[in-house]
Amino acid sequence: MAAISLHHYLVLSAIVFSIGVIGVLIRRNLIVNLMSIELMLNAVNLTFIAFSHTLDSMAGQVMVFFVMAVAAAEAVIGLAIIIAVFRHRQSLDPQEMQLLKW
Amino acid sequence: MTTANVMTLEVLRWIVLLPLLACLVNLVLGARLGKRGAGLLACAAVGASFAISLYVFSLLPASGAFGDTLYTWIDSGSLQVKVAFRVDALTAVMLLVVTGIGFLIHIYSLGYMGHDEGMVRFFIYLNLFIFFMLVLVMGDNLLLLFVGWEGVGLCSYLLIGYWYRDHQNAIAGNKAFIVNRIGDFGFVLGILLLVTELGRQGMWTLDFVELQKHAGLLSPDKILLITLLLFIGACGKSAQIPLFVWLPDAMAGPTPVSALIHAATMVTAGVYMTARLHFLFSLAPLTLSLIALIGAATAFFAATVALTQTDIKRVLAYSTVSQLGYMFLAVGVGAYSAAIFHLFTHAFFKACLFLGCGSVIHSMGGEQDMRKMGGLKLYLPTTYWTYVIATLAICGVPFTAGFFSKDLILWQVFSSAHGSRGLWGLGWLTAGMTAFYMFRQLFMVFHGSCRGDAHQRAHLHESPSVMTVPLLLLAVGSIFTGWLGAPEYLWGSRWEPWLQPVFGGTHDAHHGHLVDELVLMVLTLAIVGLGIGIAYVSYCRGGKTPERLSAISGGAPYRVLLNKYYVDELYDFLLVRPFTLCSRWLAEVFDRRVIDGAVNGVAHSARALSSLWRTMQTGNVQHYLVGFLAGTLALLAFYLGQQ
Amino acid sequence: MSNLQIMSLSPLIFYLLAALLVLAALMVVFQRNVVHSAMALVAALFLTAILFFTLHAPMVGVLQVLVYAGAIMVLFLFVIMFLNPSALEERRTVWWGCGAVAAMLLAAALIAVTSAGNALENFMIAGEPFGSPEMLAQSLFTDFVLPFEIASVLLLVAIVGAVVLAKREG
Repeated sequence: MAAISLHHYLVLSAIVFSIGVIGVLIRRNLIVNLMSIELMLNAVNLTFIAFSHTLDSMAGQVMVFFVMAVAAAEAVIGLAIIIAVFRHRQSLDPQEMQLLKW
Repeated sequence: MTTANVMTLEVLRWIVLLPLLACLVNLVLGARLGKRGAGLLACAAVGASFAISLYVFSLLPASGAFGDTLYTWIDSGSLQVKVAFRVDALTAVMLLVVTGIGFLIHIYSLGYMGHDEGMVRFFIYLNLFIFFMLVLVMGDNLLLLFVGWEGVGLCSYLLIGYWYRDHQNAIAGNKAFIVNRIGDFGFVLGILLLVTELGRQGMWTLDFVELQKHAGLLSPDKILLITLLLFIGACGKSAQIPLFVWLPDAMAGPTPVSALIHAATMVTAGVYMTARLHFLFSLAPLTLSLIALIGAATAFFAATVALTQTDIKRVLAYSTVSQLGYMFLAVGVGAYSAAIFHLFTHAFFKACLFLGCGSVIHSMGGEQDMRKMGGLKLYLPTTYWTYVIATLAICGVPFTAGFFSKDLILWQVFSSAHGSRGLWGLGWLTAGMTAFYMFRQLFMVFHGSCRGDAHQRAHLHESPSVMTVPLLLLAVGSIFTGWLGAPEYLWGSRWEPWLQPVFGGTHDAHHGHLVDELVLMVLTLAIVGLGIGIAYVSYCRGGKTPERLSAISGGAPYRVLLNKYYVDELYDFLLVRPFTLCSRWLAEVFDRRVIDGAVNGVAHSARALSSLWRTMQTGNVQHYLVGFLAGTLALLAFYLGQQ
Repeated sequence: MSNLQIMSLSPLIFYLLAALLVLAALMVVFQRNVVHSAMALVAALFLTAILFFTLHAPMVGVLQVLVYAGAIMVLFLFVIMFLNPSALEERRTVWWGCGAVAAMLLAAALIAVTSAGNALENFMIAGEPFGSPEMLAQSLFTDFVLPFEIASVLLLVAIVGAVVLAKREG
């Protein structure tokens, strides 16, 4: 087998990212949506680290650090919103939340 | 040829400006001045213009001209047009007519319009008219002439519709203005064509002196086109076929207006214009033939209609059209000074006739139907005698003004190289008819017994002296002005030498063939006498000839003549109705459906499109995300495509 | 903990890890039970951390396990339990097909893009203590100190926001 190169990591990252996108588009459960977004962020982190390794620069890893911090904040807020919405609508289906339309 | 020496005379501008100033003063302070004050101011202004005109006339050198430049109006590249006045022999004649007869009519109006509430307005318009007419005759370039042309058309409209409360008067004013406009359209095209064609040859000018110098630069077909277009303008203003229909209707205006504008001055502007541009018309023999033909046809045709009319002013209106035809006939055969001579004498006797007619109407309390008049010579002696003199003049009875001028024209038509026997024949027959209908009018109005009702009979009175003095002066002019242009076998003409510097001596036919001239004169006198005789027998002696004549062929020719050949109806059918239909279609269908439809359609389609786009806002976040994704894919595809 | 010497990765291990990661990801998306999805996500995060280790990023890998898999996922599970998973049923829709197709297109595009570029074929093996806590701290507190401080403010804001949003009214 060929030696593992950057390209392999990038392909893997792309696949995981796409799976995350499927999740966000298809699932009708807000929590699973949020988890799919976390999956996407994760894939991006992988890309960063791979490039950081290739280019011999710590900037990539620092970036991942910050991505994690932001992902934490975002997950917190997102879950808080989900709780608030659930209290009012008794449902976690994004298809039922269509008031902001024409 | 025209003058070489032009002296500047600053007083010229006051001839034009004094009436304008009086008009403006009356406009602003008219109510304060009151009817008498405003009227006197207006008369004084025109009187002053007349005095200055006399002064200029007396100073005018034999072959010179006076000029006065006010300012440069247009200065664009090579074209320069100034507001400048120029008085040569021709203009001097026109000046005397306009200011002199204008002055007399102003005085007359003090009496005639004395009871009218809007008299101040009347004098404002009248002064404005004098101003524009003076600009027309004194302008030294074609553009300034056109300004005056348009201005007199405007004043004509204002004055015809003077008693605007009666809707028919307003309609008559409209008709005059619109028909004039049609002529003006041709005129403007002619001016434009002239200036551009000359410009193409390198000469950018509209000045008369310059035009005369360089007219030869133009090619014959261009000159033909230009002169035809200019003549269309003259047809409109001077009421020739086919644009004469407005003049009879214009009689709706007050009688002084008919006298001044529609007899003596405005309608002669067409003749003046062709005389001014004689050098251009002389280069287009085809146009001149057409002018002669139309002039003769108009003269004949209008005279036939005048035979049957019963409104006292209508008869005079058709008579004016007929006499204008004579003037154009003279122009058409190249006898320009004869045309101007007839213009000059016609101004006197026609104004006298109209003012006398006004006197009659005034005393009959507004009645204009001749069938209700009669026997007025006892009650209106001054009016009667001046009317007789003017009628003799228009018929061309010997030693009146009309005799000399009309005979001169008929002689020129017969003998000139451009004239023809046929045209002479038409003119000759017209002279006979003129005599008939004018004496018919005289007998119907003044002789016999009064056919008016008791109320009218009780109020018959002679007009005040403010109205009769102008009549007397005009009657004197109707006799003696003609003596200026006597033929050679009498005491010779002072007229032709006077105008010779303007027109050159080559266009008027020589006065040889004395015998021919005398024979023609006798023939003319014969038919005039015949006309007078028939009129006398029919209307003075109570003969049955009118009834018998009008009953010929079951009365159909009579009705045709009475209804003026149904020309108005024809125009209405051919032109006015399609035009109105077209306008109505445009307003109701085209404007509403197409234009509004297009504009509203834009709004509709905007709304429809936005309704379409609106469906994209589903409110569903996942749908939006798909959109996101689609966009990203597009970008990526683009990037990949670049690789 | 410097000098984590990891030998050049054998392809076998990589493919194994990759397959497991993809499997975990698919389970996150396609499991009908939310708790199963959450557990699959935890697994995915762990596998990613291992991949981080293979890429000479030990500090970040540990952080991934502690923070991401540890704290954030626990938070998710809290909320899931709080909102009672039995109430969270769902139905299939037409969007499944569309979304799936779109995402697969995305994957293809991304892969194509990464292949199209001038591939950095060489895999540099960092010799120094690359990815160690010292290195990370060095970068973080010198070059990136401002973002660091702002990140802390961000976390504060997030806490306040969450409290406000999730508070029961009244």
